[in-house]
Amino acid sequence: MVELSVKLEEENSVECALFLHYFEVEVLSVEKEMSVNQRRVMMEKLFHGIFFTAASIAVVSVALIIIFIFSRGLQPFFPGNEFGNYNPISFLTGLNWRPSFGTFGIGYMIVSSLLATLGAILLGVPIALLTAVFLAEVAPKRLAAIIQPAVELLAAIPSVLYGVFGFAIIAPAVRNISPYSTGNSLLAVILVLSIMILPTIASICTTSIRAVPGYYREGSLALGASKIQTIFKVVIPSAKSGILTAIVLGVGRAIGETMAVILVAGNSEGGIPSSIFSIIRPLTVNIALEMGYAAGMQQQMLFSTAVVLIIFIIIINLVLSKIQKKAG
Amino acid sequence: METKFSVKDLDLFYGAFQALHHINIEIPGKQVTAFIGPSGCGKSTFLRTLNRMNDLIDTVKITGYVSLDGEDIYSGVDVMKLRTRVGMVFQKPNPFPMSIYDNVAYGPRCQGIKDKKSLDAIVEKSLRGAALWDEAKDRLNKSALGLSGGQQQRLCIARAIAMEPEVILMDEPTSALDPIATQKVEELIESLKKDYTIVIVTHSMQQAARISDKTAFFLMGELIEFGDTNQIFTKPHDKRTEDYITGRFG
Repeated sequence: MVELSVKLEEENSVECALFLHYFEVEVLSVEKEMSVNQRRVMMEKLFHGIFFTAASIAVVSVALIIIFIFSRGLQPFFPGNEFGNYNPISFLTGLNWRPSFGTFGIGYMIVSSLLATLGAILLGVPIALLTAVFLAEVAPKRLAAIIQPAVELLAAIPSVLYGVFGFAIIAPAVRNISPYSTGNSLLAVILVLSIMILPTIASICTTSIRAVPGYYREGSLALGASKIQTIFKVVIPSAKSGILTAIVLGVGRAIGETMAVILVAGNSEGGIPSSIFSIIRPLTVNIALEMGYAAGMQQQMLFSTAVVLIIFIIIINLVLSKIQKKAG
Repeated sequence: METKFSVKDLDLFYGAFQALHHINIEIPGKQVTAFIGPSGCGKSTFLRTLNRMNDLIDTVKITGYVSLDGEDIYSGVDVMKLRTRVGMVFQKPNPFPMSIYDNVAYGPRCQGIKDKKSLDAIVEKSLRGAALWDEAKDRLNKSALGLSGGQQQRLCIARAIAMEPEVILMDEPTSALDPIATQKVEELIESLKKDYTIVIVTHSMQQAARISDKTAFFLMGELIEFGDTNQIFTKPHDKRTEDYITGRFG
């Protein structure tokens, strides 16, 4: 390029000068443009890489956690384990957890976790749904503007504070009506969990009820239906997939909650809870209470407990994605 | 000819904006009355005063007098009862996301009819009345959302006639439909008028000319002219009506 311009300058004619001018304006600017474009292409690629790396961190983390827990937690059930073997059936169905005797049964913990979650859903979902209906359909805008942030704040409270609340208020209240000497119980866990899942479920339900198109309501009212009939027969069924999503997320939160539950569950060493006043030991509590000091077989069995917990969580997520796919 | 709706000095405000000015009209029974006029002229708003759907909007204020069979519908009348007598079909077909059967049975069920046999009879009669029975009878338990747009609109008409109303209000019922579906709905309207009083808002002057017995022309919230459809389209008394139907504006 330089050579060419030197050569042209040597000729020193008007035409050449014109050509040179054309060359500088058009050809050089095209070259410049190309380099700008190339830089942009490079930046595109670079950012694609950065985005991909960022997204990969989540995938890699979840994969690592699952692999790690499974590899540690499944060891006792395969031959050649350094701390000896344990029968997976007696692990899953066992009703006693006595590490000092080498007894590791978590059947009663699975039952406790499921009962606590079921109770929290049965109690929390109706309250949350009615809250959502009130916020989305019934409450005057100004009142909704006060209640909604309060509900959202409830979701932001750290779980340990729910535990403290349960420990200081709910458990003593349960003790007053309990045949046992402690208020720590399945009932106390259910009460704490149902308050905890309330805001999540209520917020998602509110959003999905508000997303129900107005023409469904108009159609119903125009047929002489009352407002309440419209809400229960048209609006809520139309918001069904959002409501189901909210319930499944609530189940996930309830079954995985640890901190708040530790403080009100009691610390049962065995036995399926015989009443709502029985002390219980959900799966999460088992892991959290003992992992700090456990070693050897006991530590492995805690990882095995985690395997069971993570399988529950995976099932819940599969159900969730199925609901969302169905809703399109 | 008996008067179904009698409206006297009706004013309607959206907040400070006056959308309807001093409407006076007598809508005859068992006939098709069409409301025409350019967008924003208040024809849909007026239609919605006839079954009090404007009540749903907080800022709406209505003064004047609207009566159905001589009874003032804005004082001492149960709105839900009124809407069972005055059904409505909307611009966009709005079947509920449930089965065809449940859509038609919705209104009667809300009135407390639970007996399966009566509901079956109502559903069949209404779907026949809406010329949808032959297309729908084998898929009554399938979702109504799987029907075509035209079928959905006829389902909405079936849903309305399941209540055995006296009047059916239609708010541009064919504007979202293709020409063939439009023709079917128009034929349906023709056959419904022997049993029902029909009031229809339409954007299409041809449609008004084809299907209506009476036509009312609205402009900027005022009722400019009301008369026999034939007269409105051939010898309009008002210069503005003539300008509109000859396509000078709108």
